[in-house]
Amino acid sequence: MCDTCGCGQADEVSIRKPGKEMGKHVHTHEHKEIVHTHSHEPGESPHHHHHDHSHAHAQGREILVEQDVLMKNNLLAERNRGYFEAKNLIALNLVSSPGSGKTSLLERTISDLKDQHQFYVIEGDQQTMNDAERINKTGTEVVQINTGEGCHLDSDMVRNAIKELNIGKPGFLMIENVGNLVCPALFDLGESKRVVIMSTTEGEDKPAKYPTMFQSADLCVINKIDLLPYLDFDMQVAKDYAMKVNPDLKFIELSVRSGDGMEVWYSWLNNLKH
Amino acid sequence: MHELSIAMSIVEIAAEYAEKDNSDKVLEIEIEVGELSGIVVEALDFAMDAAVKNTICENAKWMISIVEARAKCSSTGKTYKVQSLYSPCPFCKKFGHELIAGKELRVRSILVE
Repeated sequence: MCDTCGCGQADEVSIRKPGKEMGKHVHTHEHKEIVHTHSHEPGESPHHHHHDHSHAHAQGREILVEQDVLMKNNLLAERNRGYFEAKNLIALNLVSSPGSGKTSLLERTISDLKDQHQFYVIEGDQQTMNDAERINKTGTEVVQINTGEGCHLDSDMVRNAIKELNIGKPGFLMIENVGNLVCPALFDLGESKRVVIMSTTEGEDKPAKYPTMFQSADLCVINKIDLLPYLDFDMQVAKDYAMKVNPDLKFIELSVRSGDGMEVWYSWLNNLKH
Repeated sequence: MHELSIAMSIVEIAAEYAEKDNSDKVLEIEIEVGELSGIVVEALDFAMDAAVKNTICENAKWMISIVEARAKCSSTGKTYKVQSLYSPCPFCKKFGHELIAGKELRVRSILVE
């Protein structure tokens, strides 16, 4: 429930640290009922998707806008990027479908590398503090964004979340996006690199089914390789699909559980440092 | 699902431009969506219904024009129409192209009272 206004609406964004009261409440909803009524005449086709819009307007003034719809998000993302650079943070946007092992990958990476690097984590989920609590156990500075009904993080949410983190030493800012291979693809958060994670328990054709995400990624981590003997997953087929969408994509095969391939991931991270 | 936040941004942009022009009523919004922008036009159309409520765009009509996706082959330099992000070049059959159109997502113009 919203502690600012007491409404029980689920589509609010909240930003909160483990063990703390609601930190930031981002109020995006108005207390007005949204009623779906259609003002069109019966039989009239609703809104037309046409290709040849004629400019014969009956009344009114036309204003040329020519504005990118994502411009606001992109501008805020650039602002985040500037902040990360000034603070010497390498920000990674981790995207995947739910259950690929993003949080496990983070837990293990932080446990293995926390003596070498400083980590900060932003967790994104529709609901619960579960992931932030898991990261909190590693002793790492973490903040949870709950997007409510939202299906992705945007640069404004990340900007608000950073304000809750005590950023001291330079290091890595790991942003774990909402588990979703569709929507997060469109929203730049200001990250240095975008890492898409898939796992061997998913179909090899994930990159073909969700091409926008794979096209926008810099690295593809393929997790759960310890399960390969029990599955029909064909690694080369999966890579081929991804390469068709993004010929520059790099791959790291690993298993968070067994530890195989983790050193390759760690050296990829180390190479980002300088 | 992200179409709702996109629709809300469209309405915000339209309202901002109308208010700058001292108008309090938007009659039409012209939207351009590229074929490979990652937007489902039907979902956007549906989301617009909800997004315009209680705004100065409440009674506005919107037109969504779809921009054809075209790519330039990184090997041959030729341009061609693409169906998907993984369409090969029809001339050399190689993958890996640069999209030159089809990623658009913008408010082209509005009509105000």
